[in-house]
Amino acid sequence: MPRIDGPIAFRGGGFAPSDRTWAAVATLVGVVALWQAGASAGVIPTLFLPAPVSIARALWALTVSGELWKNLSVSLMRLAVGWIVGTVFGIGLGLAVGLWSVLRSPGMALVSALFPIPKIALVPLFIIWFGIGEGSKLVTLAFGVFFPTVIATAGGVDNVPRGLIRMGQSFGLSHTAIIRKIVLPAALPAILSGFRVTSSIAIVLLVAAEMIGAERGIGAFVLSAGNLYDTDNLLAGIVVLSVLGLLVSWVIGRLERALLGWR
Amino acid sequence: MTDGLRLTVDGVGHRYGGLQVLHGISLTAEPGEVMVLVGPSGCGKSTLLGIMGGMLAPSEGAVRCAGDVPPDCLNALTYVFQDFSLLPWRTVAGNVALVLEDRLSRTACAARVAEVLALTGLTDFATAWPRQLSGGMRQRVGIARALAVRPACLLLDEPLSALDAQTRDLLLEEFASLITAAGTTTVYVTHNLAEAVRLGHQIVVLSRRPGQVRDVVRVDRPLAERRAADPDLMALEQRLWRMIRDDAAVAERERIDASD
Ligand SMILES: Nc1ncnc2c1ncn2[C@@H]1O[C@H](COP(=O)(O)OP(=O)(O)OP(=O)(O)O)[C@@H](O)[C@H]1O
Ligand SMILES: [Mg+2]
Repeated sequence: MPRIDGPIAFRGGGFAPSDRTWAAVATLVGVVALWQAGASAGVIPTLFLPAPVSIARALWALTVSGELWKNLSVSLMRLAVGWIVGTVFGIGLGLAVGLWSVLRSPGMALVSALFPIPKIALVPLFIIWFGIGEGSKLVTLAFGVFFPTVIATAGGVDNVPRGLIRMGQSFGLSHTAIIRKIVLPAALPAILSGFRVTSSIAIVLLVAAEMIGAERGIGAFVLSAGNLYDTDNLLAGIVVLSVLGLLVSWVIGRLERALLGWR
Repeated sequence: MTDGLRLTVDGVGHRYGGLQVLHGISLTAEPGEVMVLVGPSGCGKSTLLGIMGGMLAPSEGAVRCAGDVPPDCLNALTYVFQDFSLLPWRTVAGNVALVLEDRLSRTACAARVAEVLALTGLTDFATAWPRQLSGGMRQRVGIARALAVRPACLLLDEPLSALDAQTRDLLLEEFASLITAAGTTTVYVTHNLAEAVRLGHQIVVLSRRPGQVRDVVRVDRPLAERRAADPDLMALEQRLWRMIRDDAAVAERERIDASD
């Protein structure tokens, strides 16, 4: 007869990674410090990859001279307008597709056909249609934001629990009250996670559109710095873009916390 | 008390595609009384309740309602759901106010919410989110939301069956007194025969699918005078069980065939 004898060994640990803010900060600081050390020691050729200190100096100079704001303000404007237009229309069509059979198949057919087109490829066409000015850039952004928003919203509406809608009907709520009080709030988490996707798409398209045809804007600034082999300014522009990305995702995080506190 | 609402089910039958679920059902839910529907699983109780509340169009027959509704009634036929169906993004008070907020002034709405929360023992939970509540508390919100619209008829589909046995007993007593106090016509679907004899003025026994009325048992003792260990009620419970036991056993075996 096999026998066991002894204390029970604990075997329920692990698989529970925890967040450590200090480790995150230390990693970023460490990488920048290593980079700076490598550049100072001459291991990293600063002509190709400038040292963090040089980038910081360039950023400071750009800020003081007003050059940074001149470009950034134009980019922010384009980002805001393009994203908002794409989002508003996208949520509208997404709701329509999610709610009404008449629009469902036609809407989804168009979205499925147009969604996979790389939007950057459309920039030259939009320039022909809407001119080299603001129009083509805004349309590129709005177009890129529109489709993922439609898909996220329609998916959110599809996943609204049927039981809740029936509950609303059984309490005599009107069609619009059901949309306002049940469908929209239930679809909101899906719509907000769509924002995460569309905001990063918007930044990519912004830079691309500004590189193809713009005098101002962070994309144009980065491109012209590159043409001049001005790597300090080039990387300063990239740092600004990455900070912009972080900022946008922070704002969305706040929005989620404010609107989805019930979860 | 004015004459309440009377619901008359007249020759109702229902089919889902080729599946005949109900056949030739005729019943009357009397004003101010509780009608309990019992029957084996899958016999069409929820379907019948859906038809009675206008949530489902019957394949045959019709349901009529007639009588007075409370003067401040906002939704004559009002459901309480087995799964509570609370909106998770609204607080307890917000869920209760769902219908009121559009139809009453701000102060009237707040007053009525406070009133039904007090009635259901939820006053301290007014600002809690549904996810923070136990099942029993959630169903109290469900009943508070229903009472808040001053219904003329309450329709409850196994409101206690998602709860544990102890909570079920507690809520059953609360339901009994709330329903008695409100005096609304009530249709109550359950699997549980103890609930049936505790609440029913009329207990309708349905046969297995296609559901037909097998028997209607009247219980005349007022709800307020019914006690858990009452020998008459226990004998009635036994009698009901004998009526549906064989059907229930067959229905249990049929479940697999029905679900595909
Ligand atoms: N929407 C539907 N489409 C097709 N069949 C359905 C639908 N709803 C219910 N049924 C079938 O109709 C029959 C009766 O369903 P119903 O839910 O009314 O029974 P029930 O008596 O409430 O059962 P339970 O005791 O399990 O709640 C079941 O066999 C079920 O599978
Ligand atoms: Mg049922």
